[in-house]
Amino acid sequence: MPEIRVTPLVGAGQDVGRSCILVSIAGKNVMLDCGMHMGFNDDRRFPDFSYITQNGRLTDFLDCVIISHFHLDHCGALPYFSEMVGYDGPIYMTHPTQAICPILLEDYRKIAVDKKGEANFFTSQMIKDCMKKVVAVHLHQTVQVDDELEIKAYYAGHVLGAAMFQIKVGSESVVYTGDYNMTPDRHLGAAWIDKCRPNLLITESTYATTIRDSKRCRERDFLKKVHETVERGGKVLIPVFALGRAQELCILLETFWERMNLKVPIYFSTGLTEKANHYYKLFITWTNQKIRKTFVQRNMFEFKHIKAFDRAFADNPGPMVVFATPGMLHAGQSLQIFRKWAGNEKNMVIMPGYCVQGTVGHKILSGQRKLEMEGRQVLEVKMQVEYMSFSAHADAKGIMQLVGQAEPENVLLVHGEAKKMEFLKQKIEQEFRVSCYMPANGETVTLPTSPSIPVGISLGLLKREMAQGLLPEAKKPRLLHGTLIMKDSNFRLVSSEQALKELGLAEHQLRFTCRVHLHDTRKEQETATRIYSHLKSILKDHCVQHLPDGSVTVESILVQAAAHSEDPGTKVLLVSWTYQDEELGSYLTSLLKKGLPQAPS
Amino acid sequence: MAAHLKKRVYEEFSKVVQQQQEEIATKKLRLTKPSKSAALHIDLCKATSPADALQYLLQFARKPVEAESVEGVVRILLEHYYKENDPSVRLKIASLLGLLSKTAGFSPDCIMDDAINILQNEKSHQVLAQLLDTLLAIGTKLPESPAVQMRLVDVACKACKLLSDDYEQVRSAAVQLIWVVSQLYPESIVPIPSSNEEIRLVDDAFGKICHMVSDGSWVVRVQAAKLLGSMEQVSSHFLEQTLDKKLMSDLRRKRTAHERAKELYSSGEFSSGRKWGDDAPKEEVDTGAVNLIESGACGAFVHGLEDEMYEVRIAAVEALCMLAQSSPSFAEKCLDFLVDMFNDEIEEVRLQSIHTMRKISNNITLREDQLDTVLAVLEDSSRDIREALHELLCCTNVSTKEGIHLALVELLKNLTKYPTDRDSIWKCLKFLGSRHPTLVLPLVPELLSTHPFFDTAEPDMDDPACRKLVSSAVSPNIMPQEDPSQQFLQQSLERVYGLQHLDPQGAQELLELTIRDLQRLGELQSELAGVADFSATYLRCQLLLIKALQEKLWNVAAPLYLKQSDLASAAAKQIMEETYKMEFMYSGVENKQVVIIHHMRLQAKALQLIVTARTARGCFIADLPHLQDSFVDKLLDLMPRLMTSKPMEVVKILQTMLRQSTFLHLPLPEQIHKASATIIEPAGESDNPLRFTSGLVVALDVDATLEHVQDPQSTVKVQVLYPDGQAQMIHPKPGDFRNPGPGRHRLITQVYLSHTAWTEPCQVEVRLLLAYSSSARIPKAPWIESGDVSAQVETSIEGTIPFSKPVKVYIMPKPARR
Repeated sequence: MPEIRVTPLVGAGQDVGRSCILVSIAGKNVMLDCGMHMGFNDDRRFPDFSYITQNGRLTDFLDCVIISHFHLDHCGALPYFSEMVGYDGPIYMTHPTQAICPILLEDYRKIAVDKKGEANFFTSQMIKDCMKKVVAVHLHQTVQVDDELEIKAYYAGHVLGAAMFQIKVGSESVVYTGDYNMTPDRHLGAAWIDKCRPNLLITESTYATTIRDSKRCRERDFLKKVHETVERGGKVLIPVFALGRAQELCILLETFWERMNLKVPIYFSTGLTEKANHYYKLFITWTNQKIRKTFVQRNMFEFKHIKAFDRAFADNPGPMVVFATPGMLHAGQSLQIFRKWAGNEKNMVIMPGYCVQGTVGHKILSGQRKLEMEGRQVLEVKMQVEYMSFSAHADAKGIMQLVGQAEPENVLLVHGEAKKMEFLKQKIEQEFRVSCYMPANGETVTLPTSPSIPVGISLGLLKREMAQGLLPEAKKPRLLHGTLIMKDSNFRLVSSEQALKELGLAEHQLRFTCRVHLHDTRKEQETATRIYSHLKSILKDHCVQHLPDGSVTVESILVQAAAHSEDPGTKVLLVSWTYQDEELGSYLTSLLKKGLPQAPS
Repeated sequence: MAAHLKKRVYEEFSKVVQQQQEEIATKKLRLTKPSKSAALHIDLCKATSPADALQYLLQFARKPVEAESVEGVVRILLEHYYKENDPSVRLKIASLLGLLSKTAGFSPDCIMDDAINILQNEKSHQVLAQLLDTLLAIGTKLPESPAVQMRLVDVACKACKLLSDDYEQVRSAAVQLIWVVSQLYPESIVPIPSSNEEIRLVDDAFGKICHMVSDGSWVVRVQAAKLLGSMEQVSSHFLEQTLDKKLMSDLRRKRTAHERAKELYSSGEFSSGRKWGDDAPKEEVDTGAVNLIESGACGAFVHGLEDEMYEVRIAAVEALCMLAQSSPSFAEKCLDFLVDMFNDEIEEVRLQSIHTMRKISNNITLREDQLDTVLAVLEDSSRDIREALHELLCCTNVSTKEGIHLALVELLKNLTKYPTDRDSIWKCLKFLGSRHPTLVLPLVPELLSTHPFFDTAEPDMDDPACRKLVSSAVSPNIMPQEDPSQQFLQQSLERVYGLQHLDPQGAQELLELTIRDLQRLGELQSELAGVADFSATYLRCQLLLIKALQEKLWNVAAPLYLKQSDLASAAAKQIMEETYKMEFMYSGVENKQVVIIHHMRLQAKALQLIVTARTARGCFIADLPHLQDSFVDKLLDLMPRLMTSKPMEVVKILQTMLRQSTFLHLPLPEQIHKASATIIEPAGESDNPLRFTSGLVVALDVDATLEHVQDPQSTVKVQVLYPDGQAQMIHPKPGDFRNPGPGRHRLITQVYLSHTAWTEPCQVEVRLLLAYSSSARIPKAPWIESGDVSAQVETSIEGTIPFSKPVKVYIMPKPARR
């Protein structure tokens, strides 16, 4: 039975941690994403690759690896997987992902090895070697991985270069969405897929139970707050992570500054972003309509108002806006600046994302006004604290919209929380009437499929069939004798003669012979005549003949009557037919076994 | 082998068909006269391949078909359609059916059923799309009847299935068809599938089209969004759903930011936004009841306004505008969304939404928090946006006095930031004041004296702005007294028309008096300025004519009046100019008035002819072409005589006629406005010269407002007068004109100045001209075309009228480098 098997490796199923999904489709094995968990510092941060194969190399088992976008929870384990575990097959990702991914990996490596001093971690060289195995793909480009397996990327929004992938073998296909966003934002467009009707759609479900408000309100609030603060002469601190949302907020502020003709300086700390911004400038085709349309006049990522930050600037008088990393205020530059500015009620800090418990960000968001810093120091927070969520995942409505667009036969939810997924699963089943799965980590989902298999028919055979009878009708099945040759994974239907000739075999006749005992005291000839008349009366459609040697033939079936050697009152009927006439032959024997009708004596 | 066999089989097969068909065809030929249908039939049957058939069809389509044979042709086409396997041929047939059903005198109801049938069986998407178009053509041709209506409604219901087709052309055609049918029969009742309920067709269609706003193809999305705007008959329940999007977070109901803002407003507390749980979800949602993809209209506009493509967003804004204009309650509801659109990333969308808001401003009152967002846009660096917003504020209803104050403060801030907006802001304040007299009243003391900002010793630029607001707020009390002035205008005009009975002297005095009255009236009452000016100009023409005729020259011997003719010819010239102004500078002038203006111009021309004839003896025949416009009845009668008589007699006849001609009553049109223009920039009287290198080009920014100019793109020109008397006419680009409001235009353009050999700082004059060409307005009289003069008459008069005050610009050439 052909089937599609999907197994989320530990952490990829009902968990928003690391994505790594194994898909087997028509004998091909594909690994989707290769993420890691940011919360662990030991081996648990990487997926358990020993699950894929216990002995033997990964390269032999996997046909390819696909990376959907550059976030570390989707690509962080890649150097470990390819260099330390060992994989030499192709790795597919889009061009922007290919460009930005190594920067992030290197940055992460530095923090883990250089700062935390971890051993047994991948090296810079490993990242480089790993990236050499990458094959970059364009949007909507069909890439032939091998003769049968092909993949195709669709735009996914979310972050620069994020893509959804369609994996197709023959008539079976799977679509993996990675992370995606159905509402456009300031720098990226919305995810889009054509009506590809895959057998299975694997979709993320981060916001399975949320329907979000319009983005415009949030943007307006954000801009208004920043604007009011700088007009008052206050300083605005926006802690961000270097890539993704940071660029969106930069564009937002940049255009606002441009529109409103503001002169207050905006700074961006961290060198990492400069490098990444460079790629944002390059991959204009991946951005939204506005940026694509105007980049001829001016590339929106060439910021006019946003300048690089220098540590000394924090003490400058007058209003300013500063983007600083990291995003949760737990360390680094953003925390330093925060400490400097926290005392002034004119200033403001805007948290554009979620903060993990225990970080300074989380504390101030939950209303704490006095913070204990290292060295028993107490920091009083007088500045305003704002929270504003700019998240780029599809909400429940968006997920439903995508399912509607792709029209899959089955849906599989990953990358979400079990309880929330349950709700969405129920909704999908109810509204689209397709079955929906939500495997736990390490649990395998098996989907039976019924792929259509094309068979070539030889013209000679077809012609013969046509000559025999009526023209074929489209809707009625019809019986046809021929030989199926399976060679080099293609199928051909040819006449048996041709098959014999092609395969160089001699023809063997297969005959069935059967003896039927008949109680009849008459002579053999008479018995034969009786049989003849009996068969003639029953088998009106067939050609029944009485041959001069005393035997009877029905088509090519031979019936001979002989006296029993021991019991003269019993006649032995010998029925013999070829393999081709099996149907008629067996019918005939059963008929004869019932005996002859009583002859009029 | 295989190919050969296939070919043979095909040939044999088609041969058989051909023979049979030909027999039938010849029979038909014998029965009826050779018709187009028969010819087509033979052609089609002869066709051995789809390509052939297509060729025949294409040939056939080039020739017109008579109404009586249409039916036969249609039958044959349909017959062929059923047999045809090739989609391209079917496509062509479908399109031919559509074309044929448009033939005059043919009632397409007979092919209706067939068309609907084939629609159901068709598999090819292109053909499907074409069939839907064809059905549309048939439907529009059909007469009103309940049976037809029933069937069309059925078709629409079937088309609904095609809304989820794989191909965007099909979906697009289906949307169009559903829309058309729902517009034709909005009140038909259709059942809701999977329930016993029934709803109006227009509501059903509205829901379906709303669903298409989230289609995969943006072309369909734009189309759907546009069509929504024209479905005004939809019931308010469905309409209001389009703005509804139930928010939830972790399965808890959440309020939208809009709702929160409203709540904060009604509870009297302004948005603090300081709590991070501010938008915390409230009640639990019943998981069974949440419907994520509503089939209805839910949230269609929410999606449309958030779309990725700005084309869709603009279409959605336009649709909102149209729907809001017809439904005040919807207008109130969509306000929040429109205000949000003021912050769109694309300027076009922002501008469009501001304009939309202006159009629906009668139906709405802005809440304070909404006003706040609106006013934030005042700082936009784009001038168009700011001015559109000023326009909007002119006609906005504000609910509280704080709102007015806020608006004033923001506008003043705008003024300090962009001083060029001064005029626009003052105008805005003026209207704002006159709209909300009661709200301004409590603010008056604060604005005029106690406010520290305005209490400075030296009056600053902002002061007039405040006064404007206050004075206009107070002025409405004077307004209602305008009726007497209208009466006065009428009466004084009546009086003038009785002037034939007066002696020339008295007539002149009366005219002068009335002209003075009218001019004064025009200055006092801006509403009547157009009418007053118009009539005053007309009277002035008459006055000039009377004066000219009073001259002695008519009685003196020819050689003597050389000197005196100056006055008469000058008068003639001036009347001509005035008549051109009357004809082209006023909007709302109707044909009645044009005729009278032409009559006046004709008199002036006759006068001119006489004067020339008398002064320059013998050669006046050359001036005859001046007599080109329409003639009055009398002159028409005399026409043959004029043509035949001697030149001297012509003059005599004209002279007597001119003296006898009566003063025609000028009926006033309903609405008349004088075109006017004000150059805002360059401001003139500037001491800083514009520097340039002589011999090269310098760009001068020109900014002007035009009022009551029709079609400014083709008529308004900029004239530059150089100090050496050289004049240059510049045609601004069509894109330089903006249309901020009805009857008003704005010209923002650059004028390129260039002059060689210029050494000293000098002033150039810039002014706006209104170009006209007389042929544009007068339909040619039929009698002219047969006459000998026709060749000369054809030439139209083109000219320009200056209609703005000239502005002087100081220009200084840079010292040339050596």
